[in-house]
Amino acid sequence: MPSALPLADPAPADGLLPASAADGAADRTLSVYLHVPFCRVRCGYCDFNTYTAGELRGVSQRDYPDHAIAEVAFADQVLRSSGVPARPVSTVFFGGGTPTLLPADDLARMLGAVRDTWGLVPGAEVTVEANPDSVTASSLQVLANAGVTRVSFGMQSAVPSVLAVLDRTHDPARVPLAVQWAKDSGLNVSVDLIYGSPGETVADWDRSLDAAIAMAPDHVSAYSLIVEPGTAMARKIARGELPEPDEDLHATFYELADDRLAAAGFHWYEVSNWARSEQQRSQHNLAYWCSQDWWGIGPGAHSHVGGVRWWNAKHPAAYAERVLGGVSPAVGREALDADTQLLERVLLEIRIADGMPVEVLPASARPRVAGLIADGLVEGPAAVQGRLILTRRGRLLADAVVRSLID
Amino acid sequence: MSPRAVTPRQPAATDPAFIRNFCIIAHIDHGKSTLADRMLQLTGIVDDRSMRAQYLDRMDIERERGITIKSQAVRMPWEVDGEAYALNMIDTPGHVDFSYEVSRSLAACEGAILLVDAAQGIEAQTLANLYLALENDLAIIPVLNKIDLPAADPERYAKELSDLIGGSPDDVLRVSGKTGVGVEKLLDKVVRTVPAPKGDKDAPARAMIFDSVYDSYRGVVTYIRMVDGKLSPREKVQMMSTKATHELLEIGVSSPEPIPSQGLGVGEVGYLITGVKDVRQSKVGDTVTNAAKPAAEPLAGYVEPKPMVFSGLYPIDGSDYPLLREALDKLKLSDAALVYEPETSVALGFGFRCGFLGLLHLEIITERLQREFNLDLIATAPSVIYEVTTDDGKTTVVTNPSEFPGGKIQAVSEPIVKASILTPKDYVGAVMDLCQSRRGSLEGMDYLGPERVELRYTLPLGEIVFDFFDQLKSRTQGYASLDYELSGRQTADLVKVDILLQGEQVDAFSAIVHKDKAYAYGVMMASKLRELIPRQQFEVPIQAAIGARVIARETIRAMRKDVLAKCYGGDITRKRKLLEKQKEGKKRMKMVGRVEVPQEAFIAALSTDQSGRDEKK
Repeated sequence: MPSALPLADPAPADGLLPASAADGAADRTLSVYLHVPFCRVRCGYCDFNTYTAGELRGVSQRDYPDHAIAEVAFADQVLRSSGVPARPVSTVFFGGGTPTLLPADDLARMLGAVRDTWGLVPGAEVTVEANPDSVTASSLQVLANAGVTRVSFGMQSAVPSVLAVLDRTHDPARVPLAVQWAKDSGLNVSVDLIYGSPGETVADWDRSLDAAIAMAPDHVSAYSLIVEPGTAMARKIARGELPEPDEDLHATFYELADDRLAAAGFHWYEVSNWARSEQQRSQHNLAYWCSQDWWGIGPGAHSHVGGVRWWNAKHPAAYAERVLGGVSPAVGREALDADTQLLERVLLEIRIADGMPVEVLPASARPRVAGLIADGLVEGPAAVQGRLILTRRGRLLADAVVRSLID
Repeated sequence: MSPRAVTPRQPAATDPAFIRNFCIIAHIDHGKSTLADRMLQLTGIVDDRSMRAQYLDRMDIERERGITIKSQAVRMPWEVDGEAYALNMIDTPGHVDFSYEVSRSLAACEGAILLVDAAQGIEAQTLANLYLALENDLAIIPVLNKIDLPAADPERYAKELSDLIGGSPDDVLRVSGKTGVGVEKLLDKVVRTVPAPKGDKDAPARAMIFDSVYDSYRGVVTYIRMVDGKLSPREKVQMMSTKATHELLEIGVSSPEPIPSQGLGVGEVGYLITGVKDVRQSKVGDTVTNAAKPAAEPLAGYVEPKPMVFSGLYPIDGSDYPLLREALDKLKLSDAALVYEPETSVALGFGFRCGFLGLLHLEIITERLQREFNLDLIATAPSVIYEVTTDDGKTTVVTNPSEFPGGKIQAVSEPIVKASILTPKDYVGAVMDLCQSRRGSLEGMDYLGPERVELRYTLPLGEIVFDFFDQLKSRTQGYASLDYELSGRQTADLVKVDILLQGEQVDAFSAIVHKDKAYAYGVMMASKLRELIPRQQFEVPIQAAIGARVIARETIRAMRKDVLAKCYGGDITRKRKLLEKQKEGKKRMKMVGRVEVPQEAFIAALSTDQSGRDEKK
């Protein structure tokens, strides 16, 4: 492993990838992420690359789909020129921000551009993140008609006081309605939950789990609240206006979620994700965790193709200027060396229920697996058979497990 | 007319009748260096333009702390009643750690200026050095300094001084080193009061070494006071303690830059250079004689330097170990009292067990290692020399708790000191409480004037090397001063307390303490470590134990969660960099069994006992 942190290389204006990026591409799938960097209000805990209307410096939300579509065309050209073989897209994900702030027709148009450019594999998963407030029965139907297969609702909590701490403005009563509309349109449904908000009790969390399970979604993501530096919430905690998160309590919340979801017929398949069946796992997110190729469209979006990662200019105005000028929107990138790719593989694959093959580890690290078994962090029988799969305790200590496996 | 001597007397040709050898006894910050500066200026040997403040204190650390570690001697011309005199001012270290060096400097003089801050009065260390000066039969010239200060109270302190040494308060000179007021009078008084040196100019040469300094260009520069006979350039000299012979490459006087001369005669003070590279070959207190015509008897008073306080020094970065060795080898060249030997700690890796004259010496050495050699160090808690006798009658000398023998202990002895503490009378109760809590026994108490009290205690040295001085200062709002001298040994009920992490002993945290304090030490260390050691993936018990008996216990609860919940496309690079950073942090961890202990925890746990040592001056 390199001893110093890798510095990002400058990203070339033409976006061209090194020849190594094409190696083995035929064995990898291609996914597309489309970022929609708009929100009606900014939530106090959120550090995503998103902007309210007042922060857009003259770029219009209305023009954005065209900017994104311009990058789709640019991406196609870069992949061709770099010798990466053409592949139809396996998964598409609209994330944000709040994608459903854009008219459903705009999202449909963006998806159409992806389809027209690369094609979609049969049964491709197409997900849209949605705020329960910004969808209607008809807008969901428009999305379904356009080829969207899955919608992921930012439910976060069913408890008004917890939603208030998170600055979430939706009415919790609207969530079951939105979920039902989505189901009625034939969409798979996932709900996102956040636990460990300042002041949230175990009873509050249990109530949110009740509510989520009662809606019978196909998939649940549950994230512990991470207080990101620079957010309004971090400032409130620094000023003592909100209590600091208690990681031990987070562990209790996690165990409760795992118990309740398992009892309701969900299986964990990644540290923070549970699905009713293998088919209902998020194929798009699995592509991230299995180091497939994915192109991130939009301001601040990250991409990965064949061991090269890059990221775009963050502000929609700067982004627009680049893509409209035919210049790569990327502002930084890194070509991962073999050691770094191995490190990433360990840190990503260890998180999923399928685990990772023991033989991926360097010979020097393999004996340490015995200690992880003894400490109850990885499943013993699976390890003996050659796969590293985290126990529940191991999931809660996944970062420590990774640190103990790398040197 | 300026009393600067128009025709200075030449070295090697000066009648002892016209030589005056004196030193300045003063407490730290009572203005000794400033006064010396004025003397250099007034006598004309340093011109006003090149005057550097505190010329004589050469080393940075000395200059910053205002302390003189290494003494030097300066020859200054001065004229009284039309006669030219050669005044040799011998600078003395002011700290108790260097009391042997002080005693040798005093032995090179016939007189001493007793310099006292007119706003503060005499302090314990000054008193101690004054005793030494009187014991050496030096003529004492009492002087109050800093009379220009608004807070100066010369009447009061003149009385204090005359009560102490006899005479009338009017005999006490009043000067200001800063403005120069009274300094000419003081130089005159040196000539009139200090006796001329005596010696036999025809006897075989005998010169006492009162200082020995390593210079990277010239090798060891040895400062001597001629007692009998004469030394000349290029003759062969012999060090009488080792019988080693060297050729005199250069001999001369400092004025204040070295000036080679045709030799040095009876009563003169100067330097010699023989080309040796290690101060151990030129020891303070030793006698230099002519190799061809050696003296029959060395001068009295030579003692081998003996370390009293021990501490393990470990590089924080283990790969710095060879650098630490090199640095110690270099410092040793200029410091005859520094001793060290390699030592291994399970917790801290490879390092050196170092012996020091005292706490200040320890502090100066560690600071020089860090500053001049850029080393990051962990110093273990200072220890003294214990003698442990086991039931089979075998006695072991223990300077490191890890050497403490197991099994049945018959007796443990520890060094004790006689301490003198000067304090304003309002703090007597607070000082007594402190000494009581450090197993002190009161030997006497005297009033020095109506406001100030001298308390005399016998105390174990081991109780002083922890934070005694800081405690003394904080309980008396900085007013009390301390001096101590070794005073033999006593047996005491001492035990070794070990600290265990998850059952593994952490040698760096073991300590030898009195039985009555073992519990308090154990509880203090265990709770401190519980705060300092981050939670691990498993529960970590911390125990303090005497032998197999656990006397205190704390638990670091297992960490329950250490995972970032989200890990999607844009998170991957950030998360990987975070892991790489954590991995770098792991390199700075020391493993105790399976427990990762950050270096910072060792430093914090070990430094509290020595906290505020910086104030000890």
